[in-house]
Amino acid sequence: MDYAKLISAGAREMRPSGIRKFFDIAAQIEGCISLGVGEPDFKTPWTIRDAGIRSLEKGRTFYTANAGLAGLRQEICTYLARRMGLSYEPAETLVTVGGSEAIDLCVRALINPGDEVIIPEPCFVCYDPITTLTGGVPVPVALKAEDEFRLTAGALSAAITPKTKLLIFPFPANPTGAVMRREDLEPIAEVLRGTDIIVLADEIYAELTYGGQHVSIASLPGMKERTVLVSGFSKTYAMTGWRLGYACGPRELISVMTKVHQSALMCAPTTSQYAAITALRRCDADIEAMRDEYDMRRRMLVSRLNGMGLTCFDPQGAFYAFPSIKSTGLSSDEFCERLLHSQKVAVVPGSAFGASGEGHVRISYSYSVAHLDEALRRIENFLREL
Amino acid sequence: MERILRILEENARISLEDLAAMTGKTTEEVARQIDLWQEQHVINGYKALIDWDKVDTQRVQAIIELRVSPKRDCGFDEIAATIARFDEVDSVLLMSGGYDLSLVLSGKSFQDIALFVAKRLSPLDDVLSTATHFVLRTYKKDGVLYGLEPADERELL
Repeated sequence: MDYAKLISAGAREMRPSGIRKFFDIAAQIEGCISLGVGEPDFKTPWTIRDAGIRSLEKGRTFYTANAGLAGLRQEICTYLARRMGLSYEPAETLVTVGGSEAIDLCVRALINPGDEVIIPEPCFVCYDPITTLTGGVPVPVALKAEDEFRLTAGALSAAITPKTKLLIFPFPANPTGAVMRREDLEPIAEVLRGTDIIVLADEIYAELTYGGQHVSIASLPGMKERTVLVSGFSKTYAMTGWRLGYACGPRELISVMTKVHQSALMCAPTTSQYAAITALRRCDADIEAMRDEYDMRRRMLVSRLNGMGLTCFDPQGAFYAFPSIKSTGLSSDEFCERLLHSQKVAVVPGSAFGASGEGHVRISYSYSVAHLDEALRRIENFLREL
Repeated sequence: MERILRILEENARISLEDLAAMTGKTTEEVARQIDLWQEQHVINGYKALIDWDKVDTQRVQAIIELRVSPKRDCGFDEIAATIARFDEVDSVLLMSGGYDLSLVLSGKSFQDIALFVAKRLSPLDDVLSTATHFVLRTYKKDGVLYGLEPADERELL
């Protein structure tokens, strides 16, 4: 059979992840150390793991309600009020299989073929392919290093057309570590108020904000009604493998997303949902402890990168630095491949996150200080060889 | 500043520059603070954590429970200080509970340690009784796993 002919146009058009290709090479290299991982190095706090184990011991192996356990949805709302100053009700909340599913549902619930989705780049690799799969048209907006990779009102206004349906708004940002402070959000909100554009606010890294509190765009006047907030447990509580996230937004949108979710997934994993209730109730101190540790590593990494000439703006969120490699005269791809072969260190080319990431690399600091130190020494050796 | 101590306790070989960056201080401030702590004996030394089982060297460790008679004026301090001065003794801890002092001892062989207990420790006037427990294997020490080093199981991506 000619399978290629059978593949749907939407699936064929999806852009494959540029990261995967690179790491398949890295995996073959003996003694290779990585600064590429996009997930916490911490284990899920024990109290949360224990809650998962207990739910299994009690035989809670059934499906939950499609939208998620009522108790969990309530805890999510309480948490968002306590830590983000947001006011949502359980009926405006949907528990999903990771933040990724929430993104997928939001795009599917809103996008008709031909609708435009504004995607600030460089960004996480899933927005573009999910848009393409629905027949939507990705409209990349290139964020600039001189703006510290923030979205500006000017760049946003220039990208809006009558076909614009959705703005992807992922801050704190993967891969740049950029954040949008309150004063950066207000001009963006001003552009959007009075339009029919929905904001998909991917705030999965909200708790990993350094030197100030995260401000959700949904908390600005007039924005809650046009925002679907997506977050989850993966980064905040080091729960990536539990696959649990959520979306909050206008009831009318959440109910449609729930309908899609019901057909595709039925419900998020029950064990993870019970564990997540404990996470939200009892683990604020664990969040602070992990953030403190990330912050120390972040300071060390940024100082060393700047010291070796890989200039790096201060990334105030997530767990990535996004230094410029322009001083080496290499492209992102060349830099990463040569670093890999010469010093056996894997970092991710900035171009994997969109064309405007060219000239940068993504370095994750979800590693121990000793691991970071070793990798940074090797990068120093590499730069000396050039 | 206490953060510096916590970082050093984890990794004493970290550079002053990294310490300064991590804590938002200058290199000079960090260096001065560490000097001060050394003078004040807050920091009492820097050592490597070695898994001697992996080295072809004969080395035996034992933990010894001691019951001793305290003195009227100085309690347990005098006998503890006497014992602490023996080179064979790695650590001396005053304990609550069923015995008074807990010692960690290193020697070349079981016999070495047995002889030390019989000939040096037991004869001390204030020592009432000893119980020697030989260490058979170290799984974890000072927060570090020995021979159980967990691999980073995350995918490279």
